Amino acid sequence: MSEPVLSVENLSLRYRVAGGAVAALRNVSLSVRQGEVLGIAGESGCGKSSLAAAMIDLAGANAEVTAGAIRLRGQDILRLDQAARRRLRGREIAMVFQDPMTAFNPVLTVGAQLVDFQFNLDGVPGREKRARARDMLARVGLSDPDLVMGRYPHELSGGMRQRAAIAAALLMRPAVLIADEPTTALDVTMEAQIIHLLRELRAQYGCAIVIVTHHLGVIAELCDRVAVMYAGEVVEEAPVDELFHDPRHPYTRALIACDPARIGKATGRLPAIGGRLPDLSDPPPGCAFAARCGIATDRCRTVPPPRVAPGADRGVLCHEAAP
Amino acid sequence: MSSGGRFRALRALLSDPMGALGLGLVLLFVVMALFAPWVAPADPIKLNVAEKFQPPSLAHLAGTDQLGRDLLSRIVYGARTALAIALTAVGLAGVGGLILGMIAGFGPRWLDAVLVLLFDSMSSLPMIMFALAVITIVGPGTGTLILVVVLVSIPAYARLIRAQTLALSGADFIVAERAMGASSARILFRHLLPNVVGPLLILLSMDVPVVIMLEAGLSYLNLGVRPPTPSWGNILYDGYTSIRAAPHMVVIAGLPLVLSTLGFTFLGEGLRDALDPRLRRRVAG
Repeated sequence: MSEPVLSVENLSLRYRVAGGAVAALRNVSLSVRQGEVLGIAGESGCGKSSLAAAMIDLAGANAEVTAGAIRLRGQDILRLDQAARRRLRGREIAMVFQDPMTAFNPVLTVGAQLVDFQFNLDGVPGREKRARARDMLARVGLSDPDLVMGRYPHELSGGMRQRAAIAAALLMRPAVLIADEPTTALDVTMEAQIIHLLRELRAQYGCAIVIVTHHLGVIAELCDRVAVMYAGEVVEEAPVDELFHDPRHPYTRALIACDPARIGKATGRLPAIGGRLPDLSDPPPGCAFAARCGIATDRCRTVPPPRVAPGADRGVLCHEAAP
Repeated sequence: MSSGGRFRALRALLSDPMGALGLGLVLLFVVMALFAPWVAPADPIKLNVAEKFQPPSLAHLAGTDQLGRDLLSRIVYGARTALAIALTAVGLAGVGGLILGMIAGFGPRWLDAVLVLLFDSMSSLPMIMFALAVITIVGPGTGTLILVVVLVSIPAYARLIRAQTLALSGADFIVAERAMGASSARILFRHLLPNVVGPLLILLSMDVPVVIMLEAGLSYLNLGVRPPTPSWGNILYDGYTSIRAAPHMVVIAGLPLVLSTLGFTFLGEGLRDALDPRLRRRVAG
C-alpha cells in the first residue's frame, strides 16, 4: 500500500478558555492515502471540525497543540514556521466549508475571486488565470462558466456556490482536500449531486479527500475508510463496508442504529443515544463513552481503553471489543 | 472590482431619481468651483461702491453687496472655498479613519483598546467648542479649519471601519481566504478594504455638508475664512448686517448652502443603495 499523503500522529489539541482548557482532541491518529476518501464521523462537539481545522492549521488563536504531529508527505507541518505553513495552504492542502452562502467575498465577482486565489502563481498572466478559473468551473459541473465568472456570489444558488467553492479549493491542485460538512447546508438533491461530483473529482485528480460529516449516508456513499470520533478521540477506524457491516465499538453501533435512513419499520420514536458528551475540560479517567455505553463494566469507568486491531486496517478503542 | 461592476453601480445610482438629483447638484457645485474664473461674470473682490446694494438685474444677476461686489461671482468663488475646505478635510479624515480603524480592527487587541479609548475621548468633545478652542490657540484660517474637521471626524470614521473590520475578520470568506494561504496584507487590502470603503464613502458624502455648514458658521462668526476671500458664511454675515438695505443678500447666500447640503445628502443615500451589491437590483443577462 502507498505512503499516506497526510497523517495525523497522536495529536492532542486543547482550547484555552476562561478558567481552564478544553481538550478538543486527545491522542488522535489517522492517515489518508493518495486517491482515498477518509470520512470523519461523529456527533456535534466530538472534535471532528477541530481536527479538520488543525489539519489546515486554522484552529484559531486560542487553540494549542499539546502533543503529536501532522505530516504532509512525511513533513511535520507543526514544526514549520508561519510563512512556510501558509505556503502549504491552498497549494498542498485546501478546504471546502460548510456554508457556501458565506464562503465568498460578497463584493467581488466569483471570477475575480477565483483569479485572485491563484496569487501563488508568479508570472502567470491574468488571461491564463482566468482561463484556469473558467476551466475549473466547467469541471465542477457548472454549465455556463462564463456567466458564473461574472456573477456576484449572492447571484448564485446554494448548489452553484458550493460547486464554485469546490472549484476554488481545487484550483491549485492540492494533494489533500478537506471538506467540512460540505453538504449540510444543501438540500438532499444538491447533496447527492455534490457527493457525485466529489467522487468524480477524486477519480480525475487522484487527490486525497478528508470529509467531515455527521451524515452516515454521505459516508457510505463516498468514503473508502471511516474514522468515528467521540469526545475528541478516534474510537473506531475501519474500511467503510466493514464499519457498516461489522461495527465493533458500542458508540459506532449506537450511531448506526440512530441513522433514520436505516430504520426498517415505521416507528413513533427516533432512536437516540441516551446521556450526553462528557465534560472535556475534565475528561473521565476511563473510557469517555462509558457513561452512555450499554455494556460498560467497572473497568471501563476507571481504566483507559486499549486500542485493539480486529482486522487489517482497523482499530477500535474499547475494552469489550475483543475480536 | 471589475470596471463592469463600477459601471453597474453608476447605473444603479442614476436610475434612482434622488441619487441622480444629488449627483447633479454636486456636479453643479464642483464645476462651479473648478471653473470659477470662467463661470463667474465678474471679479469677486473688485469694489464698485457706486453700485452697492443693487437688487438682481441683467448686469448683476444676483445683485451686489454693500461694497458693490458682484454677488453671483462671490457665490461661485465661495463654492471653491467651501468645497476645497470640505473635500480636503473630509478626505484627509476619511483616509486617517480608514487606516486607524483597520489597525484597530485587525491589529493586536491591546492596540485596539488604546485606539478605542482615544476615539471615545475625542468624540466626547463638542465639535464647535473644540473648533473654537483650536482657533483660539492656532488662530483663524483655512488650515485651522481643516485641522479641526480632521481631528473631530477621524474618530467617527475609524469607529465605523473598526466595527466593519472586526465583524468581517471572523467571516467565513476570510477564513476561506486563509485556508487558501493568503497573507494578512492580502486579506486586508484585497478583501477587507473593498468591504469597508462602501459604508465609509456614504458617511463621508453625508459629512461634506456638515463641514460646509461648519465652515460657513465659523466664517459667519469671522473665525473661519478671512475676508475678502469669498465664503458663503461671510456673504451670509454681510447680508445679515445689511438685511434692511438689501434683503436679497441673505437669500442668495443661503441658497447654495441649502442646495449643496441636499445634494451631498441625496448623493450619500443614493450611493448607499448603489454600492451594496446585495441591495442592487439584479440586472438581467
